Amino acid sequence: MKPTDIANPDYFHKVVDCQWACPAHTPVPEYIRLIAHGRYSDAYMINWKSNVFPGILGRTCDRPCEPACRRSRVEDEHLVKGKKEPVAICRLKRVAADYKDDDGIKAGMPKAPAKNGKRIACIGGGPSSLTVARDLAVLGYEIVIYDQDPKLGGFIRTQIPHFRLPESVIDEEVGYIVDIGNIEFRHKKVDSLKAVLAEDYDAVFVGSGAPRGRDLDVPGRKEAATNIHIGLDWLSSVSFGHISKVGKRVIVLGGGNTAMDCCRTARRLGGSDVKVIVRSGFEEMKASPWEKEDAMGEDIPILNMLVPKEVTHKNGKITGVLFEKVKAEYDAKGRRSLVPSGEPDEHHECDDVLVAIGQENAFPWIESDAGIEFDKWGLPKLNETTFGSSHPKVFFGGDAAFGPKNIIWAAAHGHDAAISIHKMLIGENPEERPAPGVNIASQKMGIHEWSYDNAPTIDHRLKVPHRPKKEALKDIMAEVELGFDPQLAFKEAQRCLNCDVQTVFTGTLCIECDACVDICPMDCITFAQNGEEKDLRTRLLAPAMNPTQDLYIGGDLKTQRVMVKDEDVCLHCGLCAERCPTGAWDMRKYYMEMTQAEHACRKQ
Amino acid sequence: MTYIAKPRLHHPSLVKNKAGYTRRDYEGAVSTLCAGCGHDSISAAIIQASYELDVLPHQIAKLSGIGCSSKSPTYFLGASHGFNTVHGRMPSVMTGANLANRNLVYMGVSGDGDSASIGLGQFAHIMRRGVNMTYIVMNNGVYGLTKGQFSATADKGSISKKGVANSEEPIDLVSLAILMGATFVGRSFSGDKHQLVPLIKAAMAHKGAAFLDVISPCVAFNNHPGSTKSYDYVREHNEALNRIDFIEGREAITASYDPGTLTTVRQHDGSILRLRKLGEDYDPSDKVAAMKRVQEGEADGEVVTGLLYVDPAPRDLHHHLNTIDVALNTLGDAELCPGPAALDRINASLR
Repeated sequence: MKPTDIANPDYFHKVVDCQWACPAHTPVPEYIRLIAHGRYSDAYMINWKSNVFPGILGRTCDRPCEPACRRSRVEDEHLVKGKKEPVAICRLKRVAADYKDDDGIKAGMPKAPAKNGKRIACIGGGPSSLTVARDLAVLGYEIVIYDQDPKLGGFIRTQIPHFRLPESVIDEEVGYIVDIGNIEFRHKKVDSLKAVLAEDYDAVFVGSGAPRGRDLDVPGRKEAATNIHIGLDWLSSVSFGHISKVGKRVIVLGGGNTAMDCCRTARRLGGSDVKVIVRSGFEEMKASPWEKEDAMGEDIPILNMLVPKEVTHKNGKITGVLFEKVKAEYDAKGRRSLVPSGEPDEHHECDDVLVAIGQENAFPWIESDAGIEFDKWGLPKLNETTFGSSHPKVFFGGDAAFGPKNIIWAAAHGHDAAISIHKMLIGENPEERPAPGVNIASQKMGIHEWSYDNAPTIDHRLKVPHRPKKEALKDIMAEVELGFDPQLAFKEAQRCLNCDVQTVFTGTLCIECDACVDICPMDCITFAQNGEEKDLRTRLLAPAMNPTQDLYIGGDLKTQRVMVKDEDVCLHCGLCAERCPTGAWDMRKYYMEMTQAEHACRKQ
Repeated sequence: MTYIAKPRLHHPSLVKNKAGYTRRDYEGAVSTLCAGCGHDSISAAIIQASYELDVLPHQIAKLSGIGCSSKSPTYFLGASHGFNTVHGRMPSVMTGANLANRNLVYMGVSGDGDSASIGLGQFAHIMRRGVNMTYIVMNNGVYGLTKGQFSATADKGSISKKGVANSEEPIDLVSLAILMGATFVGRSFSGDKHQLVPLIKAAMAHKGAAFLDVISPCVAFNNHPGSTKSYDYVREHNEALNRIDFIEGREAITASYDPGTLTTVRQHDGSILRLRKLGEDYDPSDKVAAMKRVQEGEADGEVVTGLLYVDPAPRDLHHHLNTIDVALNTLGDAELCPGPAALDRINASLR
């Protein structure tokens, strides 16, 4: 193998698993350390810059960072007395939002400079549009956001129940963006793209989401229509106070996060017998494991392998739903299909049905001759780098771009689209993307002192305290999760392995004394004859079993061997650097920030 | 030294040996030696060898004298018996311990100062008595604790860190050990665990006086150009005669070799050492030839390493003294106070 090119910013970025997995590439370990230091405002601002909605995401994010967390690969069940678990990254983010200095944050927020004369329309008031607005307003652009709902926030406001995300948090974080200035909100449903384009905007960003909930198509659906609700619309009506009651017996169809929000909302609006019924198996449900857990914790059973066959009704009133029982069968290629199990159909009585079986993109307001091409799935044809559509002035982002995803993806898309719009409007090529900002610095403070807590703890993951169930179910506005307090947050933050503090090897300084090999608690360093990667992985002190994680190859050794470090299980404890007599190993903090529109001219 | 303890988290593939312990269980406290010290590598090799031999940690006694090397037993086998003796007196304490309890595995750890200067007399006598042990000298050619004066094993002409050449003849502990009657003698290098770990394993399995001279560079005071005990010098001049590839009876044969490249040494207890020849034809069971080859290497400026001499049928101190087969601490009243009839018999034999 060739020696690793650590000058490529991707190499060390990838070692920071959480940051690499995050669509917005938030510098996670850095803000977790700041939380441990009690510097909540600084931690908040790192998040705000990167993902725009720290308080919201700290409660609702789908957390792609957590399954990636190295901690869950290196924990030992006996030592931590529990399951291998990642750091509670998402809930630590909320700590930053909860304990920051609100006045200081507000005072330090950027303000729009003098207008630069260019106008941008954002269609939809959700997270992707708001991100575009924030990134471009600070550059002097004039932003107009259109939304059909009376308040900004989009699905953040209409789809997420307030017992998971209090409205005050949305108001606060939407406020930080609007208060920048140069942002105008028009409460108006857009029904023609051509009409918007006719207003002579310099660019149009479409962040209109995936607003259409898929409907149920079974006999009896029409007849019992009064008691069958589309989950997305129903949640939105609850959010705006148009619906405040539901029947005692409620069936929620679907296995995604919307289904989880529907069933828990129903429990708070009078549903005493609420159940979730899904077609697939329990394990394959799309809902995040923790959301399923929370639903079941509120006495909501989840029944699986049941396909709705018919809605039963009497005198125009729903009586229940009939389900066919199915089982999973796999073909030779491992593809699953659900086939009838042959068991008798099951009938479940109910007063209301909430349908949460998927959501779709819908662009009825984009005229066919507006210049936007769509693919066969009804999604706009986009340049995946720039998010530009077939119309030179129109960009897409969020769920409107590639179908339903999560808030964090919407923020990431927003940043990228904002870069494209800015580059286009200053006459640069939007295809040439700016390089990330990277700062790498040694963390050595003394002979054996580092600027970070390098001794890994063996504490298991801490649980976020919840409001007592009885109290929580009584009040739809009462937030269930209470968040970590500073003491719990400190303890949880200390579980972070500081993967951004990188082990950097300089072969010319190495005397091959084996001190690093001997001290490494994870046996991840080996000095060996070079070879192909596949072969090297088997010849190490401990086999490198995870092919998704790189081997760090260091050359320039006197014996012509190479230093091979398996990045997979490194604890970043710095003992290799501490035991190194010549400074061939050093612990260097690698702080990487994605470049936003503000510095879009930064060259790769 | 290091401020934090070695984290207890470990590689997910870490496995237990037949004794039920992982390699990490054979570790000791975190080292306080200078970073990069060869002694730490030897400690790691001892940990690895003990783990691979499936020894129960409480069945090992580690003894040492005074010096950097003699501190090192704190850093390995944390669950074993330990004894830090007076300077240079480790051999006599180990002889006594071995006489009292022959069932333990004895490991003596010493340095060139402890064994070649203040303890040279004790060193010679423990070898000629044939105490069943593994005696490891971590040999760096300097007094590290007192800032780098030449020790008695420093080569003549070797340059100190200050720039002064050594004018005195070195003591070659390998030659001395063979001469004094050690029945297993090897030399190795802290920077070559592939050679060192099997040598330690074979020495621990040997039922007699086993001596290993391990060149262990002193990073602080003896790792500069002009030193003959530096990492670079030893790597350049290392003349490895053989490598122990496996000890039959304990491990399955995992590799096949061309005929004529292996030397087989069958030991008294039935175990078989398989030595892979590296280059020249060398028979480690020929004592006179071994002494000759070591001296030739010395004259040519080579650092001759490998298993240099082994007596396949060693006799140890207990055999010479015709002692009882069990450890003395297992003897009960009946054996220790055989009563008036036995006393009468002894008295009668003296009349």
